[in-house]
Amino acid sequence: MTDQAYNFAYLDEDTKRMIRRAILKGVAVPGYQVPFASREMPMPYGWGTGGVQVTAACLTPDDVLKVIDQGADDTTNAVSIRKFFVATAGVAVTEATADATIIQTRHRIPEAVLTAGQILVYQVPIPEPLRFLEPRETETRKMHELEEYGLMHVKLYEDIAKHGQIATSYAYPVRVEGRYVMDPSPIPKFDNPKLSGSAALQLFGAGREQRIYAVPPFTHVVSLDFDDHPFSPSKANHACDLCASNISYLDEVITDDQGGRMFVCSDTDYCASRRAAGHVGALGAPMATEKAAE
Amino acid sequence: MTDLSHTFSAAADKPLLQVKNLTKSYGARIGCADISFDVYPGEVLGIVGESGSGKSTLLSCLAGHMRPDQGEVIFETANGARDTVQMGEAERRRLARTDWAYVHQNPRDGLRMGVSAGGNVGERLMAIGARHYGGIRDKAIDWLGRVEIDAGRVDDRPSAFSGGMQQRLQIARNLVTAPRLVFMDEPTGGLDVSVQARLLDLLRGLVREMGLSAIIVTHDLAVVRLLADRLMVMKGGHVVEAGLTDQVLDDPQHEYTQLLVSSVLQV
Repeated sequence: MTDQAYNFAYLDEDTKRMIRRAILKGVAVPGYQVPFASREMPMPYGWGTGGVQVTAACLTPDDVLKVIDQGADDTTNAVSIRKFFVATAGVAVTEATADATIIQTRHRIPEAVLTAGQILVYQVPIPEPLRFLEPRETETRKMHELEEYGLMHVKLYEDIAKHGQIATSYAYPVRVEGRYVMDPSPIPKFDNPKLSGSAALQLFGAGREQRIYAVPPFTHVVSLDFDDHPFSPSKANHACDLCASNISYLDEVITDDQGGRMFVCSDTDYCASRRAAGHVGALGAPMATEKAAE
Repeated sequence: MTDLSHTFSAAADKPLLQVKNLTKSYGARIGCADISFDVYPGEVLGIVGESGSGKSTLLSCLAGHMRPDQGEVIFETANGARDTVQMGEAERRRLARTDWAYVHQNPRDGLRMGVSAGGNVGERLMAIGARHYGGIRDKAIDWLGRVEIDAGRVDDRPSAFSGGMQQRLQIARNLVTAPRLVFMDEPTGGLDVSVQARLLDLLRGLVREMGLSAIIVTHDLAVVRLLADRLMVMKGGHVVEAGLTDQVLDDPQHEYTQLLVSSVLQV
């Protein structure tokens, strides 16, 4: 009986309908920030309340959920959100990017190429890319409406004037389908090229700011730049010390207070699957010996 | 008044801006009422009057910051004469960042205080599609030079500038896209007299050199004497006297103008 008294995936049906409508509108107008009546979630703002609501509205009982935080499956934020959906929706969870149908992410796009049918849900702290240049919400809405995006380049200009290059390294502004300028959430600009032409549906949820926006599959997304300072995705000039990958985005890990450090893939699933396939980095041991040691 | 303007600028055949019966009221109070005038290319029009006489209301209505209750503001755009009151907001805002410029009394209203001087000047260029950093920067430095700001300050924020420098920076920022009509609201207000004099000198040079039309709102008669070709005197929301600047100031007809002229302190 009590089973019937609760909704699948935490949200009540009216809320789900409202969020799904916002998502559909967002998909119909790529890059446009759709306002929605964000609900209180059983977690603090900044922990992914927007992403959780979007995920909950998209989940079906057959879905397989993956949650990552900065690329990792095993950090507090990722573990607690995954547990939350196991408890409230009872869906299957996975750490393998390829097996997941819905991936909720904070600040990264997985290294593995996403495929058709997958949904990538971003947690967004501040959806308005113009916020720190123009604090008035009425004015930024007007700027979006009238496509007045010169101001976005002022930020990039300031970067070059100060640092000699575009120093914005995350939350790098993009233009979606030649229309709306969008904040891709604080993903490193290394991930920006993956936004464009992806086969997966990308949804962005900002809980505190009450905005949802979307990049539908195969949408053209361009990172803003100057003719003489073109956009360049950047990563640490190093290979992963565990799996020897040269192409993945790396985290720098301080290992002691003597200046010791190592670079490891920020995408833990990518790194683990490479190690399982036998790749060994400069500071890594083969996975088989590690298993044996346990 | 219309006759005078025609005799003055016989060379310029078409007025750049025609204002017809412009009225704006705040509820029962009159902001400005039934105001008509023309501005011809290359002409500087001064509007003087006491506080509350409707000068700033008029200027805001002309620049599209406020919607007048009645009347037409017809601007000669690149594609022919258009009533800016009736045109869509997108088009009006495009005019505001290309053919028009607006110099605020307080430079803090017209500048982005958190953005460097170069970025401030470059913003209008980027707003109309400039996407070459080197080009934008060269132009910004060139304009800083024109308003007598040292090129070495291009990366400093306006908050590090003196009041006079901020005002000059605001002028550079506005003129960089070579507008055809500049609205100025008390451009020298709040500056000390020696800085005022330099700013006026600079403005006069730029206006003449670029062949700009300008509408300058001020309560300082010295400013209009130096800059304006023609003068309108406002009181209580109405234009009480209009004509060539020297004529109005040297031979004021209306009693309020006479009072205004006689009130100027002589040193």
